Amino acid sequence: MRCIKCGQRACFEIRRHRAAFCQEHLIEHLRNQVEKTIKKFKMFSPKDKILAAVSGGKDSLALWDILLDLGYCTEGLYIHLGISSYSDKSHEMAEKFALSRGVPLYTVSLKEIFGEGMEYIARKTSKSFCSACGLIKRYIMNITAKLGGFDAIATGHNLDDETAALLGNVLRWQIGYLARQSPNMPERGGLARKVKPLCRLTEREMAAYCIVKGIDYILDECPMSRGATSLKYKETLNLLESSSPGTKDQFYLSFLERGQRYFKPVEEEVELKDCVKCDQPTTVEMCSFCRQMERAGFDSLALKKSLKELLSTKGNSFII
Amino acid sequence: MKVIIQRDSTVKEIKGSHTVEKVLKMLNIIPETVVVVKGGSLVTLDTKIEEDEEIEIIHVVSGG
Repeated sequence: MRCIKCGQRACFEIRRHRAAFCQEHLIEHLRNQVEKTIKKFKMFSPKDKILAAVSGGKDSLALWDILLDLGYCTEGLYIHLGISSYSDKSHEMAEKFALSRGVPLYTVSLKEIFGEGMEYIARKTSKSFCSACGLIKRYIMNITAKLGGFDAIATGHNLDDETAALLGNVLRWQIGYLARQSPNMPERGGLARKVKPLCRLTEREMAAYCIVKGIDYILDECPMSRGATSLKYKETLNLLESSSPGTKDQFYLSFLERGQRYFKPVEEEVELKDCVKCDQPTTVEMCSFCRQMERAGFDSLALKKSLKELLSTKGNSFII
Repeated sequence: MKVIIQRDSTVKEIKGSHTVEKVLKMLNIIPETVVVVKGGSLVTLDTKIEEDEEIEIIHVVSGG
């Protein structure tokens, strides 16, 4: 197989585009795709300051690398959840990348702030582990972006993540989620803008990017995500993609372009107000984060205090 | 050929020379879920792997 750009021996094929690339042109292609996505969905401009939420995995590190290569001012946020050795290993990858690129990485460690990690906190709530963890991550991302003066939070969600979420929402007819699913969630009422610049690229492409660019990422899966329903949806979609390349792309992009409009009228704009405890946006008196931390016996305000201190240090290996 | 499957740290020996696509089929692995590396570099599905060569299959699907 030959590179469609230069005719040299290809190292990677993208069947849905009927294309193959050598290393140099694979990087160029993926970078161009991200740039096009940022522009198409009007995610942010070169003047904006971006907070990349990194997990130490292939997607978020590839995203951060591409945004930096494209010239966007991007700093990183790593949330150390205290999940056995997995968190230490993934933090090491994020830190290694930040140091190699000479860019700030803000590490927020639950154990350093509250004395306990995610496993303890999840046990103290009525939520499932992934649901409790997701809530905490979203809160930390938002408050970091707001306190740090970032214009947008960029996450490494890719085409596989987005199509799996879409399939799940369709199978359960989650009208509200279908109305809201977007690669660009604009800023509103204290919620920072959230964008997904990798939404048109597959996780296979992101792994290939990291290998070609020599970016070390954590290969292990989060031990708490085993058996996740999203994995079953991804497997199903990959089977379809295997026999009909382009299925995932069409499913997701056609939904955004032609399908989503039918769900919009159902969605009512929920009014946001300030949490009585932490001032972060919520639909009720006290936000879910504060309530969750109270149930676990912690003072939620400890996070905000530590974050202010962290953001004044310009990151890099400074753990709170 | 020697096939290292990174996800479960297993090694398989396969007789003869085959394309990467054929190897994945023999191992019942969906091509969309992996990347394949030979000597530190990515290889395409049509790359022929000789009996005395080694490849590594890296799974790319992450959950949660």
